[in-house]
Amino acid sequence: MDEVTDVTTTSGEKVLPEHGSGEDPGERSGTPSPTPAGREARREPFVAVLYLLPALVVFGVFIFWPLVKSILLSVQGTDILGNPSGFVGLVNYTRLFSDPDFLQVLWVTFAFTILTVIPSIAIALLIALLLQSRIKGVRFFRTAFALPFAFSVATASVIFGVLFNPASGVLNGILNTFGIDKVQWLTNPDLALWSVSGATVWMQIGYNLLVLSAGLGALPEDVLEAARLDGASGLRLQRSIVMPLLTPQLFFLVVVGTIHSLQSFGQIKILTVGGPEDRTTTLVYSIYEQAFANNNSNYGYASAQAMVLLVIVLIITALQFGVLERRVFYR
Amino acid sequence: MTSVTTKEPVATPGKAAPKKARPGRRPSNIGTYLILGVLFLIVLFPVYYGLVGSLMGERDTNSFPPALYPENGVHPENYSKALDIIPLGDQYLTSVLQTLGITLGQMITSALAAYAFVFLNLRWRGFWFAVFLSTMMIPFESIIIPNYLLISQWGLKDTIAGLTLPFLATGFGTFLLRQSFLSFPMELRDAARVDGAGHVRFLFSILLPLSRPSLAALGIWSALSAWNMYFWPLLATEAPENQTIQIGISQLQSSDSDSPGMVLAGVMLALFPTLLLVIFGQRFIVRGLTTGAVK
Repeated sequence: MDEVTDVTTTSGEKVLPEHGSGEDPGERSGTPSPTPAGREARREPFVAVLYLLPALVVFGVFIFWPLVKSILLSVQGTDILGNPSGFVGLVNYTRLFSDPDFLQVLWVTFAFTILTVIPSIAIALLIALLLQSRIKGVRFFRTAFALPFAFSVATASVIFGVLFNPASGVLNGILNTFGIDKVQWLTNPDLALWSVSGATVWMQIGYNLLVLSAGLGALPEDVLEAARLDGASGLRLQRSIVMPLLTPQLFFLVVVGTIHSLQSFGQIKILTVGGPEDRTTTLVYSIYEQAFANNNSNYGYASAQAMVLLVIVLIITALQFGVLERRVFYR
Repeated sequence: MTSVTTKEPVATPGKAAPKKARPGRRPSNIGTYLILGVLFLIVLFPVYYGLVGSLMGERDTNSFPPALYPENGVHPENYSKALDIIPLGDQYLTSVLQTLGITLGQMITSALAAYAFVFLNLRWRGFWFAVFLSTMMIPFESIIIPNYLLISQWGLKDTIAGLTLPFLATGFGTFLLRQSFLSFPMELRDAARVDGAGHVRFLFSILLPLSRPSLAALGIWSALSAWNMYFWPLLATEAPENQTIQIGISQLQSSDSDSPGMVLAGVMLALFPTLLLVIFGQRFIVRGLTTGAVK
């Protein structure tokens, strides 16, 4: 660093091994190429940061600074115009956990997550396993079942809104043929969360199916063949060989699916607007309601809720890393 | 196969297994078709109804029980009606510009960052790596309030800049391209350097053209998520003509629930580009799946 004049290969060699033994053995910047002059090698650390800069600026302005600001907002009150009204300490947080409305929000969020993650993985798993069988038309089915993946929250929710329509929706039409009375899918307080969850399960099937199909396609063929030779077939093969080999994908989907469900917003906004009786108000919808709906501008209280969301997601992510590391070790 | 039969007399329980498997093959195929068929009907019904419903008139959609196919004629005018009621043309353009901006932005920032991680002598590499990784763990919903305040303060509400700026960089894309760069043959890189290609030239005229599959994967993922975005465009835009198509169709639903055919026509228009991407870009989508490990 200090000997600027020394522009020989020795300085270059000095830099290189230092790199090869860096904390990231996967990286290969320190390639043993003697050609570039030492001067360039010295300049490189500075140049390298320049390449990171565009991304870092975006992250800084739109992720890290907002993160700091979210924390700051969450310890301040808010006046009617939405301006911070001074430091209030943890008041927003203590208020949150003594607010029965917020406790219901947490419960609804939890229920919604369970009702969406598990069924969407189970259904996708069933389809993925069936698509593994060597039958005609598999390619057609594969493409067809991936179609829900193309739907956005908005497009899917609008279609489900039409299907759920109590007066003329297809779902009630189907029930009608079985002689069952019209059901208020989205306005019955005991049913609304189930309906929204059902629509969400549908939205997540496509992604889950892609992940599981990719996992199944990459199963070690020799292990499967050996199991078949030993006489394992059908359900036995699925249960004892395929499922254990698929645990990494299933675990991944539980984690990603949970985080995804925690972030759900559009289907609730479009289908139920959080109602009836706030029975479909999840954490993210509650943030929206406090901060943005009806010009509430309750940024302090909403930010405290946003921090609760952040902490939950970080805990799940940490859990994922812990378990994944153990799994990698195990292999 | 033959080896199994020769072993049969030795292992007594083995005898039962192949016997069971052979006659079981046909019925299990029928069973597979049956279960697949039922699942197919359930899972694809919303897709079917979205498409067919978009062509149905009010006599079909508003009767009870509702028609499952256009019993009273096909009504393609649903599409022109949808285009009339909301400024769908403007909204389409907004969505296209937003998607292009985010996709191109993410490709450029990710390629540059991934290049630094793989090919450059980057100081504090571990630290920067952690910084990029951490961006993938922070849910945007938890920092959406300050982002909204920022964009409003800068007067960028109702602009393409406001819709795109927060998403111009991604940890996901950086790691996706990094993975691909790591498998780049070093001899080729050295040869390029001997020939006098600097970093910029090497990156843009050799490395990126050779990394097309990964770039395509990143592009498709970026485009899908940008086009389908809902929460942010809902906040960042107010005037109907500045909103994205996703917001437009959801507004269409609440404003005109008497004409489901027209609402569904709007949905189909919004769906068209992503449907094409999923049908024709599936192998690129699969390529990006595992990189999303830390969403």
